[in-house]
Amino acid sequence: MSVEDLNPREREGVIHPEVRARDDESARSQDGGRLQHAEAASKPIRAPQIREAQPRGAKIRGDRPIDQAEAAERFLAAPLHQAAHDERLWDLRKKRDVSAHGIPEWEELRELASQIKTHTLSHLDRYLEQFEAAATANGVQVHWARDGADHNRIVLEILRNRGAKTLVKSKSMLTEECGFRHHMAANGIEIIETDLGERIQQLDNEEPSHIVAPAVHKTRMDVAEVFAKTLGTDPDNDDAHYLAESQRETTRPYILKADAGMTGCNFAIAETGTVVTCTNEGNADLSGNVPPLQIHSIGIEKIIPKVEHLGVFIRLLSRSALGSPITQYTSHFRAPRAGTEMHMVLVDNGRSARLGMEEFWTSLKCIRCGACMNTCPVYRRSGGLSYGATYSGPIGLIIDPTFNKRKYSTLPFSSTMNGSCTNVCPVKINIHEQIFAWRKVLVEEHHIPALKQGMMKAAGAVLSRPAAYRAAIGAADSALKVLPRFAVYNPLNTWGKKREMPEAPRQTFHAWYKQNRMKDAGR
Amino acid sequence: MTAREAILGDIRANRPAGEFPLPQVPLFPPLIGDDPVAEFGDRLKRMGGRVAEPGTDDAFADLRERLGSAKVIASAVPELTGNRDLRAVRDPQEVEDVDVAVVRAVFGIAETGSVLFTEGELIVNAVAYLAQHLIVLLDPADILPNVQAAYLRPEFGRSAYAVLHTGPSATADIEGVLIHGAQGVRSLTVLLLPRRAG
Repeated sequence: MSVEDLNPREREGVIHPEVRARDDESARSQDGGRLQHAEAASKPIRAPQIREAQPRGAKIRGDRPIDQAEAAERFLAAPLHQAAHDERLWDLRKKRDVSAHGIPEWEELRELASQIKTHTLSHLDRYLEQFEAAATANGVQVHWARDGADHNRIVLEILRNRGAKTLVKSKSMLTEECGFRHHMAANGIEIIETDLGERIQQLDNEEPSHIVAPAVHKTRMDVAEVFAKTLGTDPDNDDAHYLAESQRETTRPYILKADAGMTGCNFAIAETGTVVTCTNEGNADLSGNVPPLQIHSIGIEKIIPKVEHLGVFIRLLSRSALGSPITQYTSHFRAPRAGTEMHMVLVDNGRSARLGMEEFWTSLKCIRCGACMNTCPVYRRSGGLSYGATYSGPIGLIIDPTFNKRKYSTLPFSSTMNGSCTNVCPVKINIHEQIFAWRKVLVEEHHIPALKQGMMKAAGAVLSRPAAYRAAIGAADSALKVLPRFAVYNPLNTWGKKREMPEAPRQTFHAWYKQNRMKDAGR
Repeated sequence: MTAREAILGDIRANRPAGEFPLPQVPLFPPLIGDDPVAEFGDRLKRMGGRVAEPGTDDAFADLRERLGSAKVIASAVPELTGNRDLRAVRDPQEVEDVDVAVVRAVFGIAETGSVLFTEGELIVNAVAYLAQHLIVLLDPADILPNVQAAYLRPEFGRSAYAVLHTGPSATADIEGVLIHGAQGVRSLTVLLLPRRAG
C-alpha cells in the first residue's frame, strides 16, 4: 500500500504506509465510534502478511559492553518489524501530544510532579519510615531488600513459609531488574505473568522490550507462532482477538489455583502505606485479590508523600504513556483482605547509591511512562531489546550504567541528542543532558573506544551553547528532521542508515512555550 | 546491620544537596462543561464503557437482555436480586463462574469516566474482575468533577482496597488492536440510578 491509496484523513502523519491496514478490528464504542483508549493504535497498523523472522535482541556476553548498534542493524534489516514498530510508537507519541494539549495546566502539572519527586527523594529516609509505620499499622508485613538477590531471597522465604508453589504476577520492571522469574524457576516456584504482553514475552523467553508495551516489537504473526508452540493455538490463525482470548482462557486457571499473587508498584503513599498500581487489563487486581497471599514489590523511589499527590501523578501518567486520560484500572492496595496475608518488599537495588550521584540522581524521579522511548528516533528504529538491558530507550541510557558501568558503557551513545525525551518527560528529568554527562564520565573513565570519542566533541560543540542548540532543533518545522548531521549520517551510527526521518511535531515544546505561555504571562 | 539500617544509612549519606520544599498543589479548575453527567457518560464511552438510563417502571429495563442471558448473577446491591449470594462466599475463586456482577459505585469522575469501589461495595473484591460483565449503579449526584477532587475523598485513607474502574478490562498488546476483556470483565455498563432515599 502506498500513501496515495489511503484516504486523506488516514494519510495524515503516516510514516510507513506499508503497515497501514484497511480493515479495523479494534473495539467500538456504544455509539459505534472507533475506540482508541488503553494502548490502542489510533489508526489500524498491521505488518503485511509476509513472514519475516523476528529480529532478536542484543547479544549478552557477561560483562562485556553491549553492542547496541549491532542489534539495531539486525532490527533495521527486518523492514516490516521496523516499520510497524516505528509507526506504532510514533502513534503513541502523537496520542500523548493530543492528550497533553487538552490540559491547560499541563506544564504546571509537570513542574509540580517534578518538585514533589525531588522533595521526596531528598527526604527519602523519613518518607520510607513513615510508609513502613503506616503499612505495619495496616497489618502489612514490610521487608527491606538491599538488592535483587535480597528481594528474591525474601520472596522465596515468604512463599516457602506458606508452602506456596505457584505465583501469578502483574508486570513489574523491578522484578525484571531482580531476575526474579529465573531465580524462582531455579527454586521450583512456578511464575505466571498475567499481563498479555508480558506473558507473550515470558512464553518466548524474552525480556520485555518496552516498559509499557512489552511485546510491541512483535507482529501478530510472531505472537501466533509463540502461542502455537507454547499454548497449542492454531499456528495459521493470527487474529489478534483469537490470540488474546487464548491467553485469557489459558491464564485464568493459573490465577484461580495460584498460591500467591504479586504486583509491582507505580506509587507508594507514605501517609497511608498504600501501594498504587495502574493497569489496563485488571491483572494486578486479580493477582492482588484472588490468591490468599499477596506480595507487592516496591522500588524505594516510588514513594510520594500523600494521597492528594496522586491527583497530580495519575493525571500525568497515562496521558504521557498512551494518550489516555487514565488507565482502565487505578488500584489502591492498603491492607490485607480478612484471613489473608499481605507483604510489601521495599527494594533498593542501587537506588540509594544513585541518590549520591550529583548529575544523575534526578533520574530517580522517573514514573516509568515510556514517553521518552516513544519519541526517541533511535529507540523506535532499533527496538527495546537491542539495548540488552532492563531499561531501554532514553531513560535506559541514563539508568543502566548505574547498574553496570562497563556492560552499559556504550548505551549513552545511542542517542541523537535531539532533546525530545526531555521535552515529553512528565517529571521533567533532563534526560538528554544526563546522556551527555554519562558520555563524559564514561570517556574519562576509559570505558569508551577511541572511535566514539569524535562524536563526543561534535555533540559537545552543539550542547555547550543552549541558544544555538535550540535554534538548531527549532528553526525548521520538524525537530527530528534536523538532527545534527554527525548523529544521523555518521557511518558509525547504525540507526542513521535508514534515512527517512519520522515526522516531528510542528513545534518543539520550547518554541510552543515561548509562543504561548510567555505571551499569556505578559497579559 | 539489617538491610533496613543499611538502606536508610546509605540514603542519609547520599542525600542530595539543596533545599527541595514540598509544593502546594493548587486546585485546578475542572475541565468539564456545565453538565457533569453528560461529560461523565461521554468520557466513559470513549474508554470503552457503556451508559444506561434507568427505565421508569423497571430501573433495569435497558439491561434485561444481558441479565436474561446470564446464568449466574451476583448482586451486591439491594436494587437487584441475583442468584449468587456474595456474602456467603468464603474464597474468591468461588465467583469465577459469575456471568454478571452488579455493584454500586461510591462516586464517579467526570474528567475520566471513572467509578470508585472499595471492599465495602464489592463484598468480594475479585468479583469485579472474574465476572464476565460488570453493571455499575451510579447516582448522578455522586459524580465529582475531576481526578484531583477524587483524591481529596476519605475513602483512599481508610479502605483496605480502593479501585477506580474506567471502562472494561482492555489490551492492545498485539499490534495495537484494542480488545476488551483482556483478563477482567468484557464489558462495564454504568446505570445512572439514584441511591434509594434513607
